[in-house]
Amino acid sequence: MMELLAERGSLFALTGAALIALGFYGFIMRRALIRRLIAFNVIGSGIFLLFGGTGYFDDGVDPVPQALIITGIVVALALTAFAAALAVRLAQSGDDEDENAEAGR
Amino acid sequence: MNLLFALVALPLLFMLASLVAGRHGPRLIWLAAPLMTGLAVWLAMVVHTAPEGGALGGWPVPLGIMLEADGLAAALMMASAITAAITGLFALGSYGTTRAETTGSYTFWPLFYGLWAAVNAVLVSRDLFNLYVAIELLSICAVALAAFGSRKAAMDYLMIALAGSLAYLLGVVLIFAAVGTLDLSLIAERAPEARTSILIGAALISAGLIAKTALFPLHGWLPPAHGAAPPAVSALLSALVVKASFVILLRVWFEALPGLTEQAIITGFGMLGAAAILYGSALALRQEGLKALIAYSTVAQLGYLFLVFPLAGGGETITPWAAGAWGAMGFHASAHMLAKAGLFLAAGLMIHASGNGRMDGLTGLARAMPVTTLAFALCAVSLMGLPPSGGFMAKYLMLIASLASGQWPYALVILAGGLMAAAYLFRPLARMFAGNETPAITPLAHRWLPLAPLALAIAAMALGLLSAAPYELMASGLPEAGEAGLEEVEP
Repeated sequence: MMELLAERGSLFALTGAALIALGFYGFIMRRALIRRLIAFNVIGSGIFLLFGGTGYFDDGVDPVPQALIITGIVVALALTAFAAALAVRLAQSGDDEDENAEAGR
Repeated sequence: MNLLFALVALPLLFMLASLVAGRHGPRLIWLAAPLMTGLAVWLAMVVHTAPEGGALGGWPVPLGIMLEADGLAAALMMASAITAAITGLFALGSYGTTRAETTGSYTFWPLFYGLWAAVNAVLVSRDLFNLYVAIELLSICAVALAAFGSRKAAMDYLMIALAGSLAYLLGVVLIFAAVGTLDLSLIAERAPEARTSILIGAALISAGLIAKTALFPLHGWLPPAHGAAPPAVSALLSALVVKASFVILLRVWFEALPGLTEQAIITGFGMLGAAAILYGSALALRQEGLKALIAYSTVAQLGYLFLVFPLAGGGETITPWAAGAWGAMGFHASAHMLAKAGLFLAAGLMIHASGNGRMDGLTGLARAMPVTTLAFALCAVSLMGLPPSGGFMAKYLMLIASLASGQWPYALVILAGGLMAAAYLFRPLARMFAGNETPAITPLAHRWLPLAPLALAIAAMALGLLSAAPYELMASGLPEAGEAGLEEVEP
């Protein structure tokens, strides 16, 4: 276990896995839209960290995961912005009282 | 310019053009519809002889983006181009005039072209990450279009889509960590070395894609989102969007991991598909809203696509009936695209005309709207799987494959699904012909709007009448599982 942690790639990957688990808990256990959106971003960060960890070797760093992580971050950013806008519009339109209360909490 | 690049890049160009063109934006569809359909037909004609494709910008794999079309991609691209073109022309009736940048008719067109570009990109991509980007573009456009109907349903759809894309991305990361590549054919070469971690990755990818395809039991988001949207949007969502994530699932299991499909996985997909057919049809029978009925029918019809897993025998075992099953899946996907889009457009016109979205609002409409009713009936014939439609060819080929492979329970499910489809589609049809009076209807925006669903219905029929050429197309460039049986089983 300690040897595994001594490799920096594994440390990143394990931290990423922990973030994914945390975020997943938040994503399925919370009803409020904004909280679920934040949980989505926590999972996303975990996946990107895990991805970066897979590209780390003792003799250097594989550039392909880094290129893909940047693309992934852009996609996640776009999705987050869109979801936030939709959540705001949903709250403003008020066609569902419960959803309103939860989103504003 | 390379044909495949054009098919992906042109809709993106139209997307930008429709943003800057202001009030002339909607008219771009008059250029886009014939151009894109022509290019897709051209691709279908040359895909036999000269496999088009290559790496974008001259960058080699793994940094470059590889595009490649096989027979299935060409066939689905043609069907989706026809569907999108006709739906786009139909949408001129609702979104034809733009007054301000905040109106629905201004936002519809960029989303429409973005969705079209994403579908084409999914069909020709050969790289797990490129597929991810394409499916995300598709999801954003689809959810934004679904929000034209109900924002609540769109939000539920978005949450499922977000969860699905995270699962997919995590699976891609695990597979990349195991084999060090994202290219589908390179994964296939290296997969046997790292079986366990690849299976975990593939399971995550499948879970994400099943959620986005709305396969039973993850279908709950689909009927509200598709049923509440405006007709042109429902047609695009039901016809194109859910097929794209299914195509990725096919590519992953049949092209990237042909050696890893175990019997349990194949049976699992088959059982979910069968459950979707029975459950979706049963719920469709109980719907009182016309669009809700058609949306539940989509849940059922998507189940048929998943029967290709048990019927084509996965990727490993090469069987004589695999080609038939593969062709059946291609026929079903294309026929369902055309017929379901036609059904939604026809239903939208009827609901507009009668001002009532429920079954009892349809009474006697056949006398007031004969062309629309004809289109509805022809599309229904294809969905039921009656000859001579494209849906008939699909179900016929599936039946042959399931009997030839000795998997008769699937044959029973296919027959039951056809009977139930007939039952739930006869309910609205019977209403349309009921009574003796001609009901008073709200005039349509344009006289020729009913021609759009009629054209889609005729295309679905033509797929069955001229089935030899499309069958040959779908069978060309099959993954190995399908190719082997070509000589033995001819339709």
